[in-house]
Amino acid sequence: MFPLAFVGEGKRVVLKYFVGGHGIFRKLVDMGLNPGSEIFVVRNQMAGPLIISVKGGQIALGRGIAMKIYVEVKE
Amino acid sequence: MKEVVIALIGNPNTGKSTIFNALTGLRQHVGNWPGVTVEKKEGELDHKGIKFRVVDLPGVYGLTAYSIDEKIARNFIVQEKPKVVVDIIDASNLERNLYLALQLLEIGANVVIALNKIDIAEEKGYNVNPEELEELLGVPVVPTIASKGEGIDKLKERIVKSLDRKPPIVEYPNFEPYIKKLIKVLEKDEKLIRQYNLRWLAIKLLEEDNDVRAIIEKSKMRDDVLKTLIDVVNDLHKKYGDIELALADERYRIISEIAKKAVTKKEERITFTEMLDEVFTHKYLGIPVFFSLMWMAFKFTFDVSAPFSDIIDAFFGWLGDAVGSGIGNDALASLLRDGIIAGLGSVLVFLPPIAFLFLVFSWLEDSGYMARAAFVMDRVMHRFGLHGKSVVPMIMGFGCNVPAIMATRTLEDEKDRILTILINPLMSCSARLPVYALFAGAFFMGREGTVITSMYILGILLALILAWLVRRFIFKGQPSHFVMELPPYNKPNWRTIFGVTWTRTEKFLKKAGTIIFATMIIVWLLSVTGPSGYLGSNALESGELLAKSWVATIGRALEPIFKPFGWDWKAGVALFFGFLAKEVVVGTMGILYGVGEESLPYALASSSAFTPVTAFAFMAFVLIYVPCVATIGVIKQEAGTKWALFALLYELLLAYLVALVIVLIGGALL
Repeated sequence: MFPLAFVGEGKRVVLKYFVGGHGIFRKLVDMGLNPGSEIFVVRNQMAGPLIISVKGGQIALGRGIAMKIYVEVKE
Repeated sequence: MKEVVIALIGNPNTGKSTIFNALTGLRQHVGNWPGVTVEKKEGELDHKGIKFRVVDLPGVYGLTAYSIDEKIARNFIVQEKPKVVVDIIDASNLERNLYLALQLLEIGANVVIALNKIDIAEEKGYNVNPEELEELLGVPVVPTIASKGEGIDKLKERIVKSLDRKPPIVEYPNFEPYIKKLIKVLEKDEKLIRQYNLRWLAIKLLEEDNDVRAIIEKSKMRDDVLKTLIDVVNDLHKKYGDIELALADERYRIISEIAKKAVTKKEERITFTEMLDEVFTHKYLGIPVFFSLMWMAFKFTFDVSAPFSDIIDAFFGWLGDAVGSGIGNDALASLLRDGIIAGLGSVLVFLPPIAFLFLVFSWLEDSGYMARAAFVMDRVMHRFGLHGKSVVPMIMGFGCNVPAIMATRTLEDEKDRILTILINPLMSCSARLPVYALFAGAFFMGREGTVITSMYILGILLALILAWLVRRFIFKGQPSHFVMELPPYNKPNWRTIFGVTWTRTEKFLKKAGTIIFATMIIVWLLSVTGPSGYLGSNALESGELLAKSWVATIGRALEPIFKPFGWDWKAGVALFFGFLAKEVVVGTMGILYGVGEESLPYALASSSAFTPVTAFAFMAFVLIYVPCVATIGVIKQEAGTKWALFALLYELLLAYLVALVIVLIGGALL
């Protein structure tokens, strides 16, 4: 398992867990990013925010928060 | 006849405001939710002889009361108990949107779903079956394409039919026994039964919701409830770990089952959005594309609005003369001509550029580009302690700081928002351009472009440095996390765009307009009167007379302060008026030097009041020193008196410092 921030463009992963406080993750869960959901990395330029696709919608995520989202490669 | 209250809710970017407009037409009222600067829109709707009051709730993803918007939406539904809650759902993004719908059903709201954007869903290759969805969820589902007005009548009909419907209960199999256990204790307090949906209270207790916890603290069953809660939570914790996440998981599991049955997915298609994003969010192209779009936005704004401004200017000039010459009494004629009509004119001259700027920005927002702009710029902004979303208000500031500061409301975090507000006046607004143009023309012949551009760059640099400093020493820590939905690109929906443009323009007229107008009257009064009494309207045309006015008195009082820069009292007067509205600086200079605006550059250049160095310092001073009164007013409204004063003080000090540095360095070099 590794942070979402390290996943390259065009890769598909599964959200495993969050590290850190509760507050911000509530919003992520509300936006469709709950553990178990499938994430497609649309943009990851290895600096600045990422763009991911989850449940058919696209979300931009800051690099800081993407470091706290742990994912696993989808089999 | 009694009014029936219904509420509109939905995720951001679902077309909620389009549906709101379609339902209520022009019978709308825009205000603020009590105690906060979040906009509250209400409207009226008559259908089948029933009068509805439609309340537009803020766009939210959930009802966890994590943000102000969510708190407002949730409290309204829980406390005001609207008869129907219309949940606008983006059919192209069904699963995420249904998450909010489930939370609404938990509260016990009487939900009617508007399944919007079915055309876009189809474009993306999804086919959503509304009847199936209705069956599975147990609430009315009306397919709509709000941008084309399709499905609105049907929606009205279903709202009327659903008025006395009993909303369904969504069961969470893994949690039912625990929820029931809590309800058993909760129902012993009849006060709670009367006011709340007990199921909702139970679920929120499991989620450790602070607001619901506070409700229970006041209940007579407090001790029993908390005791049961501890038992239940211990049990659940052993089974699932984090209960809140487990509940979310349960909701999404139910949703995905519903989606499996109601949605058929055709082949995967490359959408228009994906193609555009290839360029707009590109690693290297993104930023240049952003700057060229912004440049085009301003070019369009100023080019298109210029003739309108000229017409307004000419009209008020003519009107003032016509009215003034018809009145015998000089003081009264001057009050009308130079005070009221000229004041009104100077407000309305600003209207075309402001309105067109709002129009372009509303279009960019509506199209979905603004979210990409924030994404592209976040990397840069982050380095200076700013948020990606700060970029939009900053850019708008080049047009006018008043609407720009209002636009900071999209920033959820208080610190991010105040920081963005504080640096905004350093974005050189369009009112400052005439001042630069005048001085660059007079003292930097042939290098005007470079000199004027240097002012804009100076402003941006100071803003970024200031942001970094404030983040370092006042708002310690990092900007809040960047999380933002990137909605699919939209074809322009002109009704919404014009609607937004109009509400913003109206707000600008009310806020900035009244302040500018009032100060213009004061300027007039201080110019035509002096220690010796009324000077006559000629004071506005003759520098000699004006030298005896209160204005000159003020200018002389300010002179010692500006001594180090070598500016005379006239510069002091111009700067004093510039505080009211910065474009006034040029006009005042014209009066003081007793020449028209066309010959003013020569008059300035041939007078000994400025050297190129002190002129450059003066331009920088105009850029930085105090924002105009309207801006201060809006800072006070959006951030509070304390921050308005802070902005005022730091800008005065900074302006003085920068001007001093320019004069010292310039003096040493030349």
